[in-house]
Amino acid sequence: MAKHATPMLDQLETGPWPSFVTDIKRQAEFRKKNQEKMNYQIPVDVCEDLLGILELSFKQGRTHWKHGGIVGVFGYGGGVIGRYCDQPEQFPGVAHFHTMRVAQPAGKFYTSSYLRELCDLWDFRGSGITNMHGSTGDIIFLGTTTPQLEEIFFELTHRINQDLGGSGSNLRTPSDCVGQARCEFACYDTQALCHDLTNEYQDELHRPAFPYKFKFKFDGCPNCCVASIARSDMSFIGTWRDDIRVDQKAVAAYVGGELKANAGAHSGRDWGKFDIQKEVVGLCPTGCMRYEGGKLEINNRECTRCMHCINVMPRALRIGLERGLSVLVGAKAPILDGAQMGTLLVPFISAEPPYSELKETVIEPIWDWWMEEGKNRERLGELIKRQGFGKLLEVTGFKPDPRMVKEPRSNPYIFWKEEEVEGGWERDINEFRKHHQR
Amino acid sequence: MEYEEAKQKIVEGLTKKLKTKSKFYFNDLAEILGEKPREAKKVINKLVEEGVLEYWSSGSTSMYGLTGTGKQAAAEHED
Repeated sequence: MAKHATPMLDQLETGPWPSFVTDIKRQAEFRKKNQEKMNYQIPVDVCEDLLGILELSFKQGRTHWKHGGIVGVFGYGGGVIGRYCDQPEQFPGVAHFHTMRVAQPAGKFYTSSYLRELCDLWDFRGSGITNMHGSTGDIIFLGTTTPQLEEIFFELTHRINQDLGGSGSNLRTPSDCVGQARCEFACYDTQALCHDLTNEYQDELHRPAFPYKFKFKFDGCPNCCVASIARSDMSFIGTWRDDIRVDQKAVAAYVGGELKANAGAHSGRDWGKFDIQKEVVGLCPTGCMRYEGGKLEINNRECTRCMHCINVMPRALRIGLERGLSVLVGAKAPILDGAQMGTLLVPFISAEPPYSELKETVIEPIWDWWMEEGKNRERLGELIKRQGFGKLLEVTGFKPDPRMVKEPRSNPYIFWKEEEVEGGWERDINEFRKHHQR
Repeated sequence: MEYEEAKQKIVEGLTKKLKTKSKFYFNDLAEILGEKPREAKKVINKLVEEGVLEYWSSGSTSMYGLTGTGKQAAAEHED
């Protein structure tokens, strides 16, 4: 018999998809049975009280969580988010229900024994409820009490060799795609760069001094598997600046049907014979491809790296050899001022260790500018919008480039300065009036 | 600026405003110190380490306050 009746939550379980309610109920049962005879360090009924307080919130249409908190671990201003409920007598199990963010391993590679260690620690010192992974990518531990925080932090750092992630006005846990470890499209080693910048910017990750959150995300190619272009203040997307490598024999094999398009990913249905004209050439967004006389030609100068042709015919088309990355800035979700996609700032930069150029000419000048000029709770993308993309170019020293403009007259960021305009802003009004009536 | 001088400025500055608010953005502190953010951060980190200041976080935004001040302090310090 459950501790609290939860008729409204029960209804959520009746939908066609897996339900978080079912998961939490299962965890509540697991804790109650305690077959492993674990010496739980937080109330055993934490999960039941969590369901109870949520049911109450649904019933009343109001939240019972207070806003934020003071808790943290010594020396860190991020990674722990204080959560307290305002009905501690009725729901003592969730009187404290703090969140801890644990940095995910680069590329989210881990072993099952590592995961088991994390989960055992969390069952012992927390609610056992996890969120794999949060939108920033971290491993999120949901629900523990204040006295457990330092204990968990000690275990994580000393035994499991793991650090807390970022929260609040910090650099958030950098997040990357699987990269060259498993993907032939990766134009640089995303894991190496993600790991290097995580270590380099420990102070920014753990001690909040930014106007608001700041996210780095690393995509090995423009397929953007971690969606860096849409979700990170600074997005590192792999690219190449020479030509796509074409294997004409393999192209013929795709056309002839010996090789399956998209590596057979869409073979569950009969789509008919592969039509290179319709499915590849005709879908190229810049129209830079031609297939004639059994030969595929690409005008690489016009290619915008959309990746479509490479995705469809991975054996025939391969990324170029002169590789690096592009940096885009200013993406964010729509808390203020609507969602924004990243804007291209650096068309091509080397992605070789020790990444000094990237750190010294891109990351640090931008942070200095944002830290000084950013208003409280203003994301980088909003500052760029407010002060203009020209100002960003000024602080970073990059030259304006047509590739920074999405299309003529639609980019709101570019402003002329007086010294850049012949004759400046001043004009001879009498001369003007000779040609224009009032 | 010497550390002790900076500490005095911060404590005085924040105490003066305590009637109206107890949590401050990083930029408010940098302004009190009259330093650029990177310089201010060094002092502010030390003040947190010494327990003069404490962090407050909503999860998305971080703020600073004099240790033990504000409505939440009593409720959260597990008395």
